[in-house]
Amino acid sequence: MSQPSQKSQTSKPRKQIHLAAHFPGVNNTTVWSDPRSGSHIEFDSFLRFAQTAERAKFDFLFLAEGLRLREQGGQIYDLDVVGRPDTFTILAALAAVTERLGLAGTINSTFNEPYEVARQFASLDHLSGGRAAWNVVTSWDAFTGENFRRGGYLAQEDRYERAKLFMRTAWELFDSWRGDEIVADKENGVFLADPGAGTFERHDAQFDIRGRFDVPRSPQGRPVIFQAGDSDEGREFAAATADAIFSRHATLEAGQAFYTDVKGRLTKYGRTPEQLLILPAATFVLADTDGEAREYAHVVRRQQVSGQTAIRFLEQLWNRDLSEYDPDGPLPDVDPVVGENTIARGRASVRMYRDPLQTAREWRELAEAKKLSIRELMIEVTGRQSFVGSPTTVADEIDDLVQRDASDGFILVPHITPDGLDDFADKVVPILQERGVFRTDYAGTTLRDHLGLAPLEVPLPARRR
Amino acid sequence: MPAPLPLHLAVALEGAGWHPSAWRDPRARADELLTPAYWTDLVREAETGTLDFVTIEDSLGIQTTSPDGPDERLDQVRGRLDAVLVAARVAPLTRGVGVVPVATVTHTEPFHVSKAIATLDYVSGGRAGWQVRVSPRQWEAELFGRRTVPAIQGTDLDAPEAAAVLEDLFDEAADHVEVVRRLWDSWEDDAEIRDVATGRFVDRDKLHYIDFEGRWFSVRGPSIVPRPPQGQPLVTALAHRSVAYRLAAKAVDVVFVTAHDAEDAGRIVAEVRREQAAAGREDELLHVFGDLVVFLADDEHSAAERKAHLDALSDADFTSDAPVFVGTPAALADRLEDLRWAGLTGFRLRPGTLPHDLEAITRGLVPELRRRGIFRESYDASTLRGRLGLERPANRYAATTGGAR
Ligand SMILES: Cc1cc2nc3c(=O)[nH]c(=O)nc-3n(C[C@H](O)[C@H](O)[C@H](O)COP(=O)(O)O)c2cc1C
Repeated sequence: MSQPSQKSQTSKPRKQIHLAAHFPGVNNTTVWSDPRSGSHIEFDSFLRFAQTAERAKFDFLFLAEGLRLREQGGQIYDLDVVGRPDTFTILAALAAVTERLGLAGTINSTFNEPYEVARQFASLDHLSGGRAAWNVVTSWDAFTGENFRRGGYLAQEDRYERAKLFMRTAWELFDSWRGDEIVADKENGVFLADPGAGTFERHDAQFDIRGRFDVPRSPQGRPVIFQAGDSDEGREFAAATADAIFSRHATLEAGQAFYTDVKGRLTKYGRTPEQLLILPAATFVLADTDGEAREYAHVVRRQQVSGQTAIRFLEQLWNRDLSEYDPDGPLPDVDPVVGENTIARGRASVRMYRDPLQTAREWRELAEAKKLSIRELMIEVTGRQSFVGSPTTVADEIDDLVQRDASDGFILVPHITPDGLDDFADKVVPILQERGVFRTDYAGTTLRDHLGLAPLEVPLPARRR
Repeated sequence: MPAPLPLHLAVALEGAGWHPSAWRDPRARADELLTPAYWTDLVREAETGTLDFVTIEDSLGIQTTSPDGPDERLDQVRGRLDAVLVAARVAPLTRGVGVVPVATVTHTEPFHVSKAIATLDYVSGGRAGWQVRVSPRQWEAELFGRRTVPAIQGTDLDAPEAAAVLEDLFDEAADHVEVVRRLWDSWEDDAEIRDVATGRFVDRDKLHYIDFEGRWFSVRGPSIVPRPPQGQPLVTALAHRSVAYRLAAKAVDVVFVTAHDAEDAGRIVAEVRREQAAAGREDELLHVFGDLVVFLADDEHSAAERKAHLDALSDADFTSDAPVFVGTPAALADRLEDLRWAGLTGFRLRPGTLPHDLEAITRGLVPELRRRGIFRESYDASTLRGRLGLERPANRYAATTGGAR
């Protein structure tokens, strides 16, 4: 289905790799118990992380979002990092201490209003000189809704409906200024060239709004759009509207399947494959030799999945209390509780288990075949794509996956924050640069430039009814 | 009357300045109002004057001269950036000055406001504040489309119907602030434990549901942001009338009032203090700052000319909700000293033009106040609260720990 791995010349031109860095925050990737692990909230951590990413000429820094502390079994989940900063505020501050690095923030389309979000993104784009990106996520749950004054949550089936209308509305707001309205002619006393700049009106199933948007057109016109959902509707939404997908599928086979599927959906929307980048999340473990790296990776995985964490993971699929089970023992002989998942709340990943009984069967078979304890099984099935090896091995593997269309690049998630990116920047990036598959300097100033996306067309002047 | 404490001084930053023609001043950077360099330069200038803080003006809707909605004027500044983001953008590039953006409460989520200002406190190292704004405008409500604000016709805001509408909006604002403040306290300071032995990153007994239930909304909590460096960032509001003084007395740390003379100031301060007592806060320090719009120059005549020139450009005598001061920095210092005796604890000056009047404050007024021994030579406290003599508040939930959750 794709070309064999080759480091030598092939007929196809070599793709340029896109690399980004995810400040990990709330998940079990982060080994917070490591003495090198720093604060996840102090600004200095974000500054160091961002400056390393920029030194390495990465495309962007990425932040996830969760609007309620996660709970399990009715109690706040305390085994991982808990707490994170506000996305817009931290990205605006990072714009002050970086010059080119893109700044991508996850912002939910359910618990927000388009006028406010459009205002914030347009402001961030101005304040960063055109480096803003918006990862549109669609969590809809009532649990998170309890933090909002309107209890604003949705039926699951409406999540992309709202997301679509939200985006279209935000679009209309971004496009309500063309970019040439401010003339600031002191002599003649003309500040604005157009008396109706920013005028918009929108009436649909979700929004009934009108007025004048107050942020003039930003350097990129609008933020770069990312999407992160995985369902059929999610992929369709991405194909129709996104510039990039933050995906979970980073291995060769799963990556290629996802890549082919999503890029195949583009023609329907009159778009070409270069207009939607696929960027899976991946972790990495580096050492001088492959052997050392493998050994260390094993240690890291055991730090990431303690016995307690393993039981909690298992509960998320089983949807019941398993605290009496021994993580070093076999899987429970009881079956998962089917129905609404109530044991774990505020976790996007739980929704991945679409058929818990089937998944449980597969896990049982796997555990049986490989003689795995609960903890060992969890280490196996919850692992994300991880690049493990010497810098050369890791560079090879990344290059190979990208050239074979498993992705267009990776969003790297170090397991040590904030300094876990340094080794990658210092050791792997130079190899990729030497091979000519990764930039040695930024060619442009905006994130769209870094991603190789064409500048947006300026909206037509006759935009007002 | 006891001698007043050393003076506190803030500036209010708005576009090219508070005069509608300020952008036409020869030194105005009219085509840079949306750039980070412009805001960074202004806030750094305020910092060279060791000012307590800057406020950054904002509203949800576009600037307008009409109460009924956007106007179609071409001769004034239109368009701006979100003030919280502007504050965050300048915070890492400054060290001493406080940053206090406006955020509207009427249409926004307290949860979002709370985490934004808490994060601003982190990125500024304890120098963050928030100016609470209420929006009584139907045309702003239409930007959100979720509710209507009953029209307050005419100008008589004391007429019973208008008063009732305002009262509701301010009561809602008080609930909003209460939710924000509870969220700031929803993590105890030492909640993050990183206890390797038990595998726990946080002590969940030190995280608290706020369980706010009010007339307008309910919010469960806790925040997603740990308690900010100041514990409670500074909360401020502008107030012109009793309904707003009441909110201020209940909910804020600094209230900006628009007293037109010393007598007026005395009356307002007395009213604020009465409300403060009624709210059970008489033992707390609540700052009452006088707001003034200022047009400054080295001599009286030039200052008057500056303002007259701007007025001519806009074809109208400039008026404001706040008193307008025109004159020299030394005369302004006299005026501030005078007003201080009426009980004001500080001042927020609104520069008529930027950067001119801001520089006249930092390079003219500030040295003058220092000569008189009533203004600091350098920043003494590292946090904004500390500088204003406000303690880092105890966490309201901390006392409840120890038993069952
Ligand atoms: C890789 C990935 C990352 C995600 N990150 C977030 C996030 O940071 N915050 C969030 O609220 N939801 C996040 N989500 C959840 C999605 O927004 C969405 O709610 C969920 O995947 C359900 O949509 P789906 O059925 O299309 O997958 C993420 C999903 C994926 C696949």
